[in-house]
Amino acid sequence: MSRSHRSVIPGFGLSLGLTITYLSLIVLLPLSAAFIKTLGMTWEEFWTAVGSPRVIASYRISFLASFAAASVNCVFGLIVAWVLVRYPFPGRKIVDALVDLPFALPTAVAGIALTALYAPNGWIGSLLAPYGIKIAFTEIGVFIALTFIGLPFVVRTVQPIIEELEPEFEEASASLGANRWQTIRRVILPQLVPALLTGFAMAFARALGEYGSVVFISGNMPMRTEITPLLIITKLEQYDYKGATAIAVVMLVTSFTLLLLINLLQKWSRRHHAV
Amino acid sequence: MSIIARNITKTFGAYTALNDVSLEVPAGKLVALLGPSGSGKTTLLRIIAGLEFSEPGSGRIKFHGEDVTDLPAGKRGVGFVFQHYALFRHMTVAQNIAFGLTVQPRRERQSKEAIAARVQELLKLIQLPELGSRYPAQLSGGQRQRVALARALAVQPKVLLLDEPFGALDAQVRKDLRRWLRHFQREIGVTTIFVTHDQEEALELADEVVVMNNAKIEQVGTPQEVYDRPASPFVIEFLGNVNRFAGLGHRLPGAGQDVIYVRPHDVDILREYHGQHGIRVSVQHVFSAGNYGRIALVRADNGETIDAEISRVRLAELKLAAGDEAFVVFRHIRLFPSGAFSERDVSTDDARAAVVDPGRDI
Repeated sequence: MSRSHRSVIPGFGLSLGLTITYLSLIVLLPLSAAFIKTLGMTWEEFWTAVGSPRVIASYRISFLASFAAASVNCVFGLIVAWVLVRYPFPGRKIVDALVDLPFALPTAVAGIALTALYAPNGWIGSLLAPYGIKIAFTEIGVFIALTFIGLPFVVRTVQPIIEELEPEFEEASASLGANRWQTIRRVILPQLVPALLTGFAMAFARALGEYGSVVFISGNMPMRTEITPLLIITKLEQYDYKGATAIAVVMLVTSFTLLLLINLLQKWSRRHHAV
Repeated sequence: MSIIARNITKTFGAYTALNDVSLEVPAGKLVALLGPSGSGKTTLLRIIAGLEFSEPGSGRIKFHGEDVTDLPAGKRGVGFVFQHYALFRHMTVAQNIAFGLTVQPRRERQSKEAIAARVQELLKLIQLPELGSRYPAQLSGGQRQRVALARALAVQPKVLLLDEPFGALDAQVRKDLRRWLRHFQREIGVTTIFVTHDQEEALELADEVVVMNNAKIEQVGTPQEVYDRPASPFVIEFLGNVNRFAGLGHRLPGAGQDVIYVRPHDVDILREYHGQHGIRVSVQHVFSAGNYGRIALVRADNGETIDAEISRVRLAELKLAAGDEAFVVFRHIRLFPSGAFSERDVSTDDARAAVVDPGRDI
């Protein structure tokens, strides 16, 4: 390296090389395998595999339920994070640890527990059954399972930002005559938007790929509650590897595009946060 | 609008931030709360603003005779400028300034056009008419400070409160802004209190200086009063450099330690001296860069250091260099008796003699 490239932070070449090798091995290689597998298909085969009505219905439930779950988590995750940061109360540490439980729990365990709770003969399901409300084995069941697993993503991304929120901003707002609601809407929330978007993106992405906790509670009814990851597994079990990877590629491209969009939105939302 | 704070006590856990403090600020004045960190000055300012509340049952705050103790900050009609400005980063300068006007209840709120006109007027007042569409991150420190001031003034507050207004700025900007603020406050005539730990800032800017220490007010007075007639050893030590000498008390059994102070500019240096109260010294160091010459001297009899400040003209006449022998005389000294001595009348002549000859009996 020539003298003109000297830097106080050495090791750029080495660390970049490591980064690229690692990412290639762990992320890029498996993903490109999926692409290469589909290359063996003709366009017609590909379209029948990814465009059949049953598959389209699965995209619908997967994306809509994931979007709804991530949105709901944004609202309640924000409230949970706010309470955990701002109010000291007995048992706060325990509640704080509880938030991580959906991370740690094997997803199948979560699925079984949720199904037991919301099935027509479960604790909550039996309360709602007399009113004709069914949760398990419906779209609502899928939504609940995805909400459960997405919560920690929002809480854990927003929490540190709330911790760093200077009380000065709220005091300035209050001293200028703003009421509490105006302060929250016009001063606090705009500062949390970038973190909220990140949390949303992570919860959304996680929900799209979720399998274990959903399959039990959804009932897996084709055209209604059958999610895309389950469809991929089903195809694999029928030794239809090409069909499975074709759907996987569609999921991959769509998720990547959505995440990219959310990232751009996030970047735009924090354009003035230079200082 | 006058401000009265009466019997304010504030504790944070075991720590007492304010101990039964009372303060009166006449209408239209520019007042400095001066003190070291931890003296309670910021807490007092925040209690006046309504951002903090004194201990339940203690103290009242009145603005122009009206009791505002139980009103929240937003209803007191105060403009508060924070040390780090607390400008809203996601809003433009104009939106920041307009904030207080746009959050008013719908019935009292001015029209959009009226608010925009008021913002433009304030931007002119702070001499930044072109910067309304910028974001705070695009401004310099001094500009941010002025925007914070404009935002506080937009709602036409009855009193203006500034917490360490120049603390985060570099020396030159600080000086300019100080002058500007003084001029500006005169012009709009709003009663203003600012907090500072910089004695030079307080003495230069304020009509009245409130010196605070240890959760209490030590002295209130004009800059000249607190500088020339300090009420306590703390005040004289806090307001600029001073030479401190042990007084007479340590010679007498059971007496408290009293102290004698001499400002460096009250120390005169002479090559030759034949009078009564001269002290023989040797020159240790001469600092000649600056508005005046500063000389560090060492007493020949006991090795104590004495700092002197003399004009550059005088310094040139004396031609002092390190190692030279000289004499000093004190033009003015201040004695703070304490303990048993506080009851005794000690003439300054006696005190002067005591400094000159520590072994002398009186």
